[in-house]
Amino acid sequence: MSTTKPCTPTDGEDNSNGTRRDFLKQTSLLTAIALTPGTVVKAAENQWDEKLAGVFEKQALHLEVNGVKHELMVEPRVTLLEVLREYLDLTGTKKGCDRGQCGACTVHVNGVRVNSCLSLALTNDGKKITTIEGLAKEEELHPMQEAFIKHDGFQCGYCTSGQIMSAVALLKEGHAGSEIEIREFMSGNICRCGAYPNIVKAIQEVKGGMV
Amino acid sequence: MNQFQYTRPAETAVAVKSLAKEPNGYFLAGGTNLVDMMKMGLVVPDKLIDINRLPLKKIEKTATGMHIGALASNSEVAEHAYIKAQYPLLALAINAGASPQLRNMATVGGNLMQRTRCPYFFDTAMPCNKRTPGSGCGALEGINRMHALFGASDKCIAVNPSDMNVALAALDATIHVTGVKGPRAIKIGDFHRLPGDHPELDNTLQKGELITSVDLPTASSAYNKHVYYLKIRDRTSYAFALVSVAAALHIENNTITGARLAMGGVAHKPWRLSTAETFLKGKAVNEDNFKHAAQIAMQGAKAYEYNKFKLKLAPNAIVQSLKLATGLAS
Repeated sequence: MSTTKPCTPTDGEDNSNGTRRDFLKQTSLLTAIALTPGTVVKAAENQWDEKLAGVFEKQALHLEVNGVKHELMVEPRVTLLEVLREYLDLTGTKKGCDRGQCGACTVHVNGVRVNSCLSLALTNDGKKITTIEGLAKEEELHPMQEAFIKHDGFQCGYCTSGQIMSAVALLKEGHAGSEIEIREFMSGNICRCGAYPNIVKAIQEVKGGMV
Repeated sequence: MNQFQYTRPAETAVAVKSLAKEPNGYFLAGGTNLVDMMKMGLVVPDKLIDINRLPLKKIEKTATGMHIGALASNSEVAEHAYIKAQYPLLALAINAGASPQLRNMATVGGNLMQRTRCPYFFDTAMPCNKRTPGSGCGALEGINRMHALFGASDKCIAVNPSDMNVALAALDATIHVTGVKGPRAIKIGDFHRLPGDHPELDNTLQKGELITSVDLPTASSAYNKHVYYLKIRDRTSYAFALVSVAAALHIENNTITGARLAMGGVAHKPWRLSTAETFLKGKAVNEDNFKHAAQIAMQGAKAYEYNKFKLKLAPNAIVQSLKLATGLAS
């Protein structure tokens, strides 16, 4: 852990769960045994210090997020979305359905848009992530952000960061040729408020400016 | 999600050995299906073997056709210039599925392994022989409007949800796999299976086997002009198919010299319409012949309480896809 808060979400977790204890006993420690001094293993095995055992479950994760390098230790079950929001305090990326259906969690990984809720953080080790916080240059908004404001491309705003990240990627992918194509290739971002016509207008304006 | 062990091997042989040792282990590729199922509690792995660093991403033209690495993403395949030109059916089918974000993550191998979207499979409070063998089939007497017309059993009436698989079936793809016993090749028609008495098995992969590539024969690329992938769903976009049809015809002088037809959303596997293909060969391009082909394709269809509409929808979709492929409709 370098650039982040020392506190992780799992620190506050109730560890009294029997399944979790059993799991630690049965699996993680088998791996740990090969790597660690006998006394430490023994301590964990006897559940004297489950937090110590928890350390063995975590693995190193290197990410470059919006140009800033981070080195963290995370459990394998932590998603990229959770790392961004809970570990790095980049709460612009939203958790909507958490099932890859709504698109609120859309970010760019090595320049490609993905649903960060379905991406385990560790699979992104060594990659470059761009979130909504990384689009603007200092005080100057990204043209897509400007266009969303101008065309009222949102009401409640919850889906907006995902919409904008998707829209920026869409222009790069070259699938914004017509309104139908824009709608099809934006279909992974759902807007409960129904701001779709204005979102399409915003994308068309930025597309026009690019030509 | 429950805790699990995680490894990220760099070599295929290591990944395969690693899974062989782990009775409750899974390969993790794009994760769009597996991570979702883990969140739902449908799959609770002890170990995930992240295969994303294996050298299985290449898409290339070969002497015998097209080689697509199992880890190529769905969008990489759909956007590949040579595939778009020579195997457009595959690109069209892939782009009809999921969303751009999911297609960027999902791999070709993972798409082949995609599990059914039957709501009874997804609801752990419901019986499902596929999820929990022996527990019964909730869909058989339940809300079964999304379910199979062909090849179902009283143990399972779920359908394969993939669009890509339908195109691969029509294009005679071969699935290359490797395992501790070495590599082997499986024809797409033999890869997915019908539910029979073992609906828990979606395919014929052996424990520990890993898909390494999907290969398409050169012959399939002759079907690159008169092509359509018609997907009928509850909303215009981003939904699973009620019925889909992959159609590719080879036409000379208004005569069909060869036909490739497969349906999605109607069986536990992508459903190749071989008898209709045979009928169409040598026939003129006209609606009557398409209607007759559709009638032949529907022989043996069996509907359940809520999916009877598919008995009409499916043949209509076949006719419409053939009309769209040949320019009789637009």
